[in-house]
Amino acid sequence: MNDFPYLPHTQKDIEEMFSFLGIKDIDELYRDIPALFKGELNIPSGLSEIEVKERLTDLAQLNKNMEEYGIFRGAGIYNHYIPSVIYPLASNRNFLTAYTPYQAEVSQGTLQILYEYQTQICNLTAMEVSNSSMYDGASALAEAILMAKRINGKNRVLMSKTVHPEYQEVSKTYVKVQGMDIEQIDYLSETGQLDLADLTSKITEETSCVVVSYPNFFGVIEDLKVIREKVPSEVVFIVVTYPISLGLLEAPGKFCADIVVGEGQSLGNTPSFGGPGLGIFASKKKYIRKMPGRIIGETVDQDGKRGFCMVLQTREQHIRREKSTSNICSNHAFNALVASLYLNVMGKQGIKEVSLQNYHKAHYLAKKLVETEKFKPVFDGPFFNEFVLESKIDPELLNEKLLEQHYFGPLILKNFYKEMGNKVLFCATELTKKRDIDFLCSFLEGLS
Amino acid sequence: MKLIFEKSVSGRKSYSLPKLDVKESQIDIPEHLVRNEAPILPELYEVDIVRHYNQLATLNHSVDRGFYPLGSCTMKYNPFLNEEVASLNGFKFIHPYQEESTVQGALELMYELQEFLKEITGMANVTLQPAAGAHGELTGMLIIKKYLQENNLGHKNEVIIPDSAHGTNPASAVMAGFEVVKVNSNNEGRVDLDHLKSLVNENTAAIMLTNPNTLGFFEKDILKISDLMHKNDALLYYDGANLNAIMGKVRPGDNGFDVVHLNLHKTFSTPHGMGGPGSGPIAVKSYLKEYLPKPVVGMKESGEYYFDYDISKSVGKMRSFYGNFLVLVKAYTYILSLGKEGLKKVSELATLNANYLKEKLSKFLNVAYPDVCKHEFVIKGTSLKDYGVSTLDFAKRLLDYGIHPPTVYFPLIVDEAMMIEPTETESKETLDEVAAIYEKIVEEARREPDKLKEAPLTLPIKRLDEVKANKELNVKFD
Repeated sequence: MNDFPYLPHTQKDIEEMFSFLGIKDIDELYRDIPALFKGELNIPSGLSEIEVKERLTDLAQLNKNMEEYGIFRGAGIYNHYIPSVIYPLASNRNFLTAYTPYQAEVSQGTLQILYEYQTQICNLTAMEVSNSSMYDGASALAEAILMAKRINGKNRVLMSKTVHPEYQEVSKTYVKVQGMDIEQIDYLSETGQLDLADLTSKITEETSCVVVSYPNFFGVIEDLKVIREKVPSEVVFIVVTYPISLGLLEAPGKFCADIVVGEGQSLGNTPSFGGPGLGIFASKKKYIRKMPGRIIGETVDQDGKRGFCMVLQTREQHIRREKSTSNICSNHAFNALVASLYLNVMGKQGIKEVSLQNYHKAHYLAKKLVETEKFKPVFDGPFFNEFVLESKIDPELLNEKLLEQHYFGPLILKNFYKEMGNKVLFCATELTKKRDIDFLCSFLEGLS
Repeated sequence: MKLIFEKSVSGRKSYSLPKLDVKESQIDIPEHLVRNEAPILPELYEVDIVRHYNQLATLNHSVDRGFYPLGSCTMKYNPFLNEEVASLNGFKFIHPYQEESTVQGALELMYELQEFLKEITGMANVTLQPAAGAHGELTGMLIIKKYLQENNLGHKNEVIIPDSAHGTNPASAVMAGFEVVKVNSNNEGRVDLDHLKSLVNENTAAIMLTNPNTLGFFEKDILKISDLMHKNDALLYYDGANLNAIMGKVRPGDNGFDVVHLNLHKTFSTPHGMGGPGSGPIAVKSYLKEYLPKPVVGMKESGEYYFDYDISKSVGKMRSFYGNFLVLVKAYTYILSLGKEGLKKVSELATLNANYLKEKLSKFLNVAYPDVCKHEFVIKGTSLKDYGVSTLDFAKRLLDYGIHPPTVYFPLIVDEAMMIEPTETESKETLDEVAAIYEKIVEEARREPDKLKEAPLTLPIKRLDEVKANKELNVKFD
């Protein structure tokens, strides 16, 4: 009788194996351990499938989720529609239960998917090369900054204050021990865009890279053309992007970005409390040997038939060890698969249409909210699907009241930017319905 | 097989969006910032996509398809239950910036998982933030760096790493600002204690150990190593890639380790997803608690759970938000399913399976080191060289028999290495069959070596030209 799920051994098997090995007791295989743990782990005994499922269902039900609540919050993780075909295909166990394609001949599924993903990311961002995924947008940015140092050997980073605050924190954690420091570039209080004069005055001989977000954390679209003109060519220009916006916005590669990173959650991946996400990482081809992460390339087999394999592994940790371009081993290949599927389903037209819908919904929402006179616009720079408003209602109270009505309200900005007072960040996506916007506005009429 | 781009037909589509239900606004973006050429993405009908991916899936080997004994990767069976519960709306569709009162279930799960991992490792505190094992290593090494700096030990800049270690160890140590010093393995496949003693000095910051190590052996001198390091104000870092062999049997915390990382996708059977997402929580001794990345999950006296950002000497944040939450759900589910007795049984059977297969293979292949192993072991493929066959050829021939080759050419210190990890989820019959196949291929190597050199012979793809792939780089379709 087998007492444990997932363990196939019968008592007879175990006895036969013991006898083959000439042992009487399992601890004979642990005889070299000087300090065996004699006690019992203080965790519960195993539960049946029914009990486990009940426990997990109970925990899940304690969470309010955005399938049952409306949401006007984004700030890095977005509620976008996920076409029905994606997860049933992605969850194929021949994808899910495979590992890193160390043996290319039995991993052509994985390899071709990742090669197609790399192509899609290049096309979306107008960059020449992409790796096959990083952990998330924040760690991808941190790695991009380390890559900039590998490119020009310099130590000073100029980062727009309107890059996602968590990305700024993660970057700081990564680069400090490498002797690099990060200086912030201010934004203009009128437009919410990067202060070009501040940027220009801070660029020095020691500047390694300039980091801007497009759109930025306030939802405002930066003018990459004019920023690029201010960044000297030897300084690495890093753009943090939000891929859904690139159906409408000109690709960062067209403005001579050196490295483009971003969070790919919005491409078909569920919000999942913020993880796992997908770190997008693309660059100019001339920097490919300095790039972190796994890269897939095309080749041929002995018969000349097309196939794929991992390339440039000599940059990676398992060969170069302490001299590698980064320590990345497991990446987020499954999330790259989902993103690739999403881009296939949306296709050339769909990505444009979804991007436009986001734009129009957000602009409608902004207009309606201002009309309630409970909010004032803050920035006049162009925005995509998020925008900052100054609330006349206390933001905490606003969100508390909205929660009672089954809505997650806007993000309260002072939690990230002290100077922001009563300013809040609203978001709308293609899933934001007119009836929700109308309800929100009429509900606000009664609040003070 | 055709690329998805080659299947694209202009004008086809498989998406549908509702008609815009709000009034269109004027696009007030400067013209040069508006995209005038749509990105080149495939244009397909839904069934084109469905067939494309179903065909691709047949080209992959996976745990669900057959034996997958990649050493050090722990390719054990992944329960369906884990996937089902991780796909509940209450887990999938929650936003990281929701009010804490609305995500109490998620926080409770994370809190309990922290407690479980503390208990399994014998450590005092846990963070679930790192996204993968190597990310955990970096986090752990940054904690060690900061701890040393804060305690006037900032001159300690050398990290000792065995020659058998995973490549991520030296890479992570360097990313955290340390220099790497290599310690040799002895003829038993364990850290050479005398060599180690000669390396430890006032600049030694830490030693990174995988235990059991990548050769499959427990570092039986661990208590001596731990004494030696601690006497020199140096710390012990535990690479948890091989924890699968020792759950409930021995705890790194009890052996003197100061920082431990875990690979949830390995030991706790959340699937590897073709290379990720994984999850690499780290556990520390209590004196390092204040250095953990922000936030960790705490519980108030009222029983309410919250994100604790009050971590005075925190190394900072390692990634956005709180970690790979859905992976955490699967690991938590796995631990609940097996419980304390089950987890111990997992390790015992993983070790039993490895020793059983090792003994079977040792009849016709050279085992690199003879000792009792834990959940994996290394074969030295040099005897095949007599027939003009390499470990790579042997590996490629295994593909023809529908089983995945072991990890090859690692660890680096064994010539023609094959590192085999059967895991506990394989039955005795499978191990017997696998041993028979290995024996058959050794026989083939002797009689018809060309068969191995040309392998694989039966797959849709023959052996790939990896040199060409690197020389004539083609990393995107034009």
